[in-house]
Amino acid sequence: MSTIHLAINGKPYAVDVDPQTSLLTVLREHLDLTGSKYGCGEGQCGACTVLIEGKAQRSCITRVGSVAEKKITTIEGLAHGDRLHPVQQAFLDVGAMQCAYCTSGMIMSAVALLQKNPNPQPNEIVDFMDGNVCRCGTYPRIVSAIQKAAKATRETAAAKGGSR
Amino acid sequence: MNDKSQAQVPLEPERYELRAASPYHFDLGRRDFFKFLGAGLVVVSALRPAVIAQESGGGRQRRGESLPQEINAWLHIGENGKITVYTGKVEIGQNIRTSLSQAVAEELHVPIENIEMVMGDTQLTPFDMGTFGSRTTPTMNLQLRRVASAARDVLVNLAAAQWKTNAQHLVVRDGKITDPQNRRSVEYAALLQGQQLTETLPQEDPLIPAANWTVAGTSVPKVDGREFVTGQHRYPSDQTLPEMLYGKVLRPPAFDATLVSAETQKAEQMGATVVHDGNFVGAAAPTTQLAEAAVAAIHAEWKSEPQISNKELFDYLRKNTMEGKDPTGDGDRYDTGSVDQAMGTADHQLKQTYTVQYIAHTPLEPRAALAKWDGDQLTVWTGTQRPFGVRGQLAEAFRIPEDKIRVLMPDMGSGYGGKHTGETAIEAARLARAAKRPVKVVWTREEEFTWAYFRPAGVIDVMSGVRKDGTITAWEFHNYNSGSAGIKTYYEIPNQRIVFHAVKSPLRQGSYRALAATANHFARESHMDELAHTVKMDPLEFRLKNLKNERLRAVFEAAAKQFGWGKSKSEGQGFGMGGGYEKLGNVATFAEINVDKESGDVKIVRLVTAFECGAIVNPDGLRNQLEGSNVQGLGGALFEAIQFDNGKILNDRLSQYRVPRFSDLPVIETVLLDRKDIPSVGAGECPLIGVAPAIANAIFDATGKRLCALPLIPNGLKAA
Repeated sequence: MSTIHLAINGKPYAVDVDPQTSLLTVLREHLDLTGSKYGCGEGQCGACTVLIEGKAQRSCITRVGSVAEKKITTIEGLAHGDRLHPVQQAFLDVGAMQCAYCTSGMIMSAVALLQKNPNPQPNEIVDFMDGNVCRCGTYPRIVSAIQKAAKATRETAAAKGGSR
Repeated sequence: MNDKSQAQVPLEPERYELRAASPYHFDLGRRDFFKFLGAGLVVVSALRPAVIAQESGGGRQRRGESLPQEINAWLHIGENGKITVYTGKVEIGQNIRTSLSQAVAEELHVPIENIEMVMGDTQLTPFDMGTFGSRTTPTMNLQLRRVASAARDVLVNLAAAQWKTNAQHLVVRDGKITDPQNRRSVEYAALLQGQQLTETLPQEDPLIPAANWTVAGTSVPKVDGREFVTGQHRYPSDQTLPEMLYGKVLRPPAFDATLVSAETQKAEQMGATVVHDGNFVGAAAPTTQLAEAAVAAIHAEWKSEPQISNKELFDYLRKNTMEGKDPTGDGDRYDTGSVDQAMGTADHQLKQTYTVQYIAHTPLEPRAALAKWDGDQLTVWTGTQRPFGVRGQLAEAFRIPEDKIRVLMPDMGSGYGGKHTGETAIEAARLARAAKRPVKVVWTREEEFTWAYFRPAGVIDVMSGVRKDGTITAWEFHNYNSGSAGIKTYYEIPNQRIVFHAVKSPLRQGSYRALAATANHFARESHMDELAHTVKMDPLEFRLKNLKNERLRAVFEAAAKQFGWGKSKSEGQGFGMGGGYEKLGNVATFAEINVDKESGDVKIVRLVTAFECGAIVNPDGLRNQLEGSNVQGLGGALFEAIQFDNGKILNDRLSQYRVPRFSDLPVIETVLLDRKDIPSVGAGECPLIGVAPAIANAIFDATGKRLCALPLIPNGLKAA
């Protein structure tokens, strides 16, 4: 047991926990951040995806000791107040969910993808997202939502650039 | 609407996991309602006898008896104008929280945001047997429309009385009643100040025809979608309570193992609450880690009998029928004409055997429950399609009356027919009783794969006789174990023998989205394709020649048109179709596949599905269900199969059990046939059934290889 300092969604946390504990367990059990989901425990379904320094990572197979002091973003930290992240908004607009248990992880993976590649082609989306499972089978909608979010983000960036 | 038009979906006898729960008879004290709802207007929906039989779960046992009047939903409009609807149905991703809200908004003329749905809470909502069988839309949607319509009439009459005018002169819009002649209007809320009104549904009530719908029939987005994209929604596994412990259960090394001994001392010394009660051994601790460590520290000895593996499965199923001892009911044999004679005189005969493996639902959220005792009162939050069924299981397990138990079902991470039972509820409650604190049990993926139940495996033998001109004259169909949903043929065949053979299943089995309709349609539609080739007819033409049902013909024709059936194909390409009728819906799926000549890899290129389920309540929600059904159907069609040996599941992880992923995705096109003249029915299951035969038939078209086992190509085409 040791005290581990975490920076999650811009807030500092200190947890007394075995550093071998999974980040997912710490998020859900110790910090009551339940937006990240358990689906398989072996990094195969992506429901637990969070961003570590902007990169998508499976929190169920990430030891909490390895992410101390790193910048962690979970689904709870994505919106700015009432303003949803463009990916969240696109998932809503497209209706890219059924039971939505996979949605947090899908959105987090998609955010990481768009940070890396602001204009992904459908095959690039499929490649990047292939580690995220949706048992309800809303994949076609998720691809559409990511394309929509990418377009919205590019347009926003262009508008900002233009006004400068 | 009369009883005839009220769509009924029968319960299939293969719902092995359903134990008949005695229906709860609500004592409808008028005062009781207002005590917990507050003043205002309550409208209750009393089921009509024809519907009670299936909705109350008494269908089989109570056939022919007179049934008491039962309540299956109610609606309350408070003095503040807030509308609350109570139904025992639950939201599992099929989007009924939205579609039922639409039904109420439509008839009551209120903005959809004003409606709150209270679902699947055994204390607050009326008894409901469960959310399965695609019955929410044909039954509950209709009931709620009637309830809302009756509520609207009460309010209009109140306004008319207040204004001393004729109700027919009044107009209702946006939760407001207006008298255009005298330019006055009043909100529902204002009419209800200080009132305590109750209304039971009248026998006959005019509903808004589908052609005139303005809210129903449109693509209203998921009503609480924002909760989900922000991670705020609390699924069953996300529930917490102060002082809560985490529970873990010691699992036997094999199915049906009995516990010989268990040493729990070490686990207790670790600070966990340990329960050893009969075959149940479990621990509860302040963290999951500690609970797991405690369970791991228990030394237990088990005894189990040798059990079969996949290798012997189909042989076993054929040899272990329970003829005459079928515990699941009767009515699973259909005989018409003289099959043997017709078979003898047919120009061609065809005999084929089809098999399907056990598959796992693999809901992304595994089973979960949080249990809390207050004295002898038990409250459980759990993910289940049958909150009232789970209440019954808890009552039985703890030998306490059902009225001491409350089961709540937060909208959960899917079920697909796989969460009809209350394992985690019982486990959490048992541990909580010992720990004297709330306990949460969430199954691991391995536990979900092993200790839930499976879609039944099955063997299907089909024999048929056909004339040279393509007329089918004889049809014999034997299904061993997989079930009788969709077992009857919709093709016009004068001589038929169709039999479901119940078998003592080597694995625990139960419901699954579309049930045996997937297996039975796979067998039938594959056989139809083979017959078409036998008589050298186009498979579509052959089907239509033997098919009179107009609604089914319509979906085949619509899908064929969208698909471009009859177009020429290139090398490696294959086209196929499959379709049918299930849960009152009609579907046809056409598949385009491509086989790589070198590697033998099969790529599913395109699926076109045409579907008709009466008047469409939410077109986008329906498309979502169709797309999802196609994707889920791909898994069972191509690669999903449970591997087992000697009482163990060998592929109990997502890294070992393959489910459809983004990269498996074909182009999916949907064609919706909106029949506004036909009552709406469900869409969660039927669209799945055409996928497997369409792909199998397309593979034959491309390769000449007739695949008769599901999954079709778990190890690629070369191994098939």
